[in-house]
Amino acid sequence: MQKFSAFALAKEALSGQKGWDRQWRDAAPKPAYEAIIVGGGGHGLGTAYYLAKKHGLRNIAVLEKGWIGGGNTGRNTTIIRSNYLFDESAALYDHAVKLWEGLSADLNYNVMFSQRGVLMLSHNVHDEQVFKRHVHANRLNGVDNEWLSPEQAKSFCPPLNIGPGMRHAVTGAALQRRAGTARHDAVAWGYARAADALGVDIIQNCEVTGIDRDASGRISGVQTSRGAIATRRLGIVAAGNTSVLMAMAGQRMPLESYPLQALVSEPIKPIFPCVVMSNTIHAYISQSDKGELVIGAGTDAYISYSQRGALHISSHTLEAICELFPMFRRMRMLRNWGGIVDVTPDRSPIIARTDVPGLYVNCGWGTGGFKATPGSADLFAYTMAKDEPHRINAPFNLERFGAGRLIDEAAAAAVAH
Amino acid sequence: MLLIPCPYCGERPEIEFSYGGEAHVVRAPANATDAEWTAFLYQRSNARGSYAERWRHAHGCGRFFNARRNTVTDFFEQTYKIGEVPA
Repeated sequence: MQKFSAFALAKEALSGQKGWDRQWRDAAPKPAYEAIIVGGGGHGLGTAYYLAKKHGLRNIAVLEKGWIGGGNTGRNTTIIRSNYLFDESAALYDHAVKLWEGLSADLNYNVMFSQRGVLMLSHNVHDEQVFKRHVHANRLNGVDNEWLSPEQAKSFCPPLNIGPGMRHAVTGAALQRRAGTARHDAVAWGYARAADALGVDIIQNCEVTGIDRDASGRISGVQTSRGAIATRRLGIVAAGNTSVLMAMAGQRMPLESYPLQALVSEPIKPIFPCVVMSNTIHAYISQSDKGELVIGAGTDAYISYSQRGALHISSHTLEAICELFPMFRRMRMLRNWGGIVDVTPDRSPIIARTDVPGLYVNCGWGTGGFKATPGSADLFAYTMAKDEPHRINAPFNLERFGAGRLIDEAAAAAVAH
Repeated sequence: MLLIPCPYCGERPEIEFSYGGEAHVVRAPANATDAEWTAFLYQRSNARGSYAERWRHAHGCGRFFNARRNTVTDFFEQTYKIGEVPA
């Protein structure tokens, strides 16, 4: 792997930028692999990287039906935070934040992780009680989170409207200063490049059409649009399409797939210093380094794989944005798209072994998977390598539904997250 | 926004309706095992393609009905009243 550095940049600047290599090979499938990951998003590519780097596997393939990072990794609003209520969730998401903090150096790839702070707005007494409970629970778990008055929130984020006459007045805000954003494409590309350097085959335009099992029921391989590939260790990391893939192995999942929308504005000069979220009136906003306002809307009411959402959902969010930030009322939106998110009944993910020997699944990240990318990948790689979960992801198993041990972040946040 | 053909009221905009999830999920009996309860409460086919689901015309006639919709195109193949057998 060609190392990126200030020296390499200067050298290429002087020699006409002609010396850069391809960042990863366009691999063709081999007949067999030690482990196969289905899904070439951040979570899947990261899993392959950590399997190779930390667990010594060398013969790994990542199968992606389209192009890497073209699913939810390239469609989300790039928010990273770990201020979750329950102990299990705080441990899981903060594990990810800690990995984010060293990720650019680890991958030798600038993922543009920016800890600019995430402000979660409160609009009523209920919000205030819930967020203050989050602040206290987070601090007990060693996760930074603090309560701000409306004036303190405005001084942290000057465009915020806290004036009288708002329909949903801002009554305060919870601030996680270590939270922020990262460049989503760079996460996929950085993991792909680093995994490729460790020998991982990244196989694009390769759709899995069947899962093979031997006489004992164990995984023996996959059928794909580019032929049959043998493996005894299969990890499904396919977000919205997880139910479809797991059905190929005869497994029914506690998942429903919904379209989730985001949109960006025309690019403008730096104006917005942090990330602001409002669960109650449903809006997320930040500004990318390119200058676009990145805005997250809600999910549609119904199951769909269409990768587009209804206009009334995004209109609803834009109404909230215009009320919270009146200066954006005349901004024009440039692009609007949808991704398909796989939602569990308790809004917590599943990173686990399954009843099928050799089959592992990492899914159910719902509307908030990007933030967990490095943590999810690290823990899933551990689970696949050792055939047992890491301490942090042990509670995020499939058995919790039957056992009644839900990690109910849905009830804790009262909305999708 | 979808136009949903309510079997009682005809085509109406989506915002008049609330979604009821997968249709024809049979309630587990009182003496069901944990596995049967888990399947009933939590597991869904979440199919890509033709999908049977329940809707309620909440801001119209108020009645539940079933639909068969393609989850890739969002096209409603048919809607039918509760208790009716789909064509």
